[in-house]
Amino acid sequence: MAEYLVCSEEEIADGGRRVVACGEREIGIFRVKGALHAWHNMCPHRQGPICQGRIYPEVIEPVDEKGEVRTLLYNEENMHVACPWHGWEFNLETGSNAGPAKYRLHRAELAIREGQIYVVL
Amino acid sequence: MDISNKDRARELPVQQIDVFTDTRDILAHANRAAKKRGFEDWLICDVDAHHTETISWHELVQYIEDPVIRHQAMLFHDEKMGTASYGLNGDMGLKYQDVGGRIPHQAGIREKVDDGVHRDVTLSRRAMSALGVDYMVLFPTPMLTLGLHPQPEMEVYLGRAYNRWLIDKVLSKDDRLKTLAYLPFNVPKEAERTIEEFSGQPGVIGFCVPSVRHKAVHHNDYMRIYAMLEERNLPIAFHAAYHWQDQSLATINRFLGMHALGFVWCNMVHMTNWILNGIPERFPKLKSIWVESGLAWIPFLMQRLDDQYLMRPSEAPQLKKLPSEYMRENCWYTTQPMETVNMKALQLTLEMINAESQLLFASDWPHFDFDLPQEIYDLPFLSEQAKRNILGLNAAKLFNLDPTPRKTL
Repeated sequence: MAEYLVCSEEEIADGGRRVVACGEREIGIFRVKGALHAWHNMCPHRQGPICQGRIYPEVIEPVDEKGEVRTLLYNEENMHVACPWHGWEFNLETGSNAGPAKYRLHRAELAIREGQIYVVL
Repeated sequence: MDISNKDRARELPVQQIDVFTDTRDILAHANRAAKKRGFEDWLICDVDAHHTETISWHELVQYIEDPVIRHQAMLFHDEKMGTASYGLNGDMGLKYQDVGGRIPHQAGIREKVDDGVHRDVTLSRRAMSALGVDYMVLFPTPMLTLGLHPQPEMEVYLGRAYNRWLIDKVLSKDDRLKTLAYLPFNVPKEAERTIEEFSGQPGVIGFCVPSVRHKAVHHNDYMRIYAMLEERNLPIAFHAAYHWQDQSLATINRFLGMHALGFVWCNMVHMTNWILNGIPERFPKLKSIWVESGLAWIPFLMQRLDDQYLMRPSEAPQLKKLPSEYMRENCWYTTQPMETVNMKALQLTLEMINAESQLLFASDWPHFDFDLPQEIYDLPFLSEQAKRNILGLNAAKLFNLDPTPRKTL
């Protein structure tokens, strides 16, 4: 097991990220709603650089009581990262795909000590 | 925990990929995958990649043969504001391929290019190097709907200008770049002239009919074209595209659905006419390539046409074999966008089309549904020889290319 020092906690603001190389592996560290989440920078679709993609809120389409739809909305409760290669989208907190949950990002372990963020591999 | 292993993580130079990111950074993972799989020793031909010719449209219109149209086009680009490219039809703003900005390389490639050659040479070289490709066959992008132009002669003007410009500015600068030259199919006599003029020109390894059009491929007017290509041993490619004004797609409100069907539908219609009218019987040595419709449509069409044909053979009297047999013996297919969610279906598809000899790798880079060579290499059900054939050797044979790998990874 190896540890890699990334940066101090305050260097990743809410909504921000830091994508790093730890030896041969790349890890993206994101802060969402105050909490840090780390994912391997490898999209399960075609191994694209998922952590270097744009971040969007989840897109929803509310259905009213008549079964009708009128608009698309952003749901800021669920923030997604979209793979810049092919657009596969994943929830930044859970790692689950925007569609079928069986497609998932691979989580990386973090350690926080004395205000410093470490990736543990 | 082994504290001695503690090290500082290295921040990646690109934190978020956008339209200004260098192709080599966007495709860094692809390059690593190519090295890991030892692609240095594999011939890889990318039979369908794209450039955005409209970025250079002001330059391209200078190659229009007709002096009046050329003058108009040049003035158009010098003076008009807020307009599209001179003479081009198409879906105007209905270009949602980048999924609202989620796939930046589809929206635009704005990285710096200053290698002293045309930007399309530089960008193609970067993509080839990153993907591990030896030869790349370039196609235009917005021009793929030119077959629906209300002025048939505009397809002639612009198609010829494109061919001349591409050879002069791009293909003649790097012999690893190739094209299937644009055929102005709506004017058969001009298409014949195009074959005469551009056969043997630098980088021209065949001819392309953009598939979005309403002309029947079996019309007698086209028989001379097929004979000329057969005589020259040059393939004809039908390159798919979408067009949302197609009435058969008029009820579809999501780009996803329109794109999924549109890119297949045009080639399904042409293939049906191609086979049922016996074009492979009339021109048995003519090689047709069906480009950018993916693969999942082929087993459906084979089954459907075979069943219907056996009930109504009097309507297709030229056929001596099942439609599916022509489709697997006389036709070639490009891989992209290869449907992979159901691998059993993909395996059956490759068996049905005799992929070992008929399938050609294509990336479609830089479009949103591009594929990588590793996807063929990683298929668990293919032999190494089949993978080598699909990735490059089938194309080398079809286009008479030197099968020795030329890339450096």
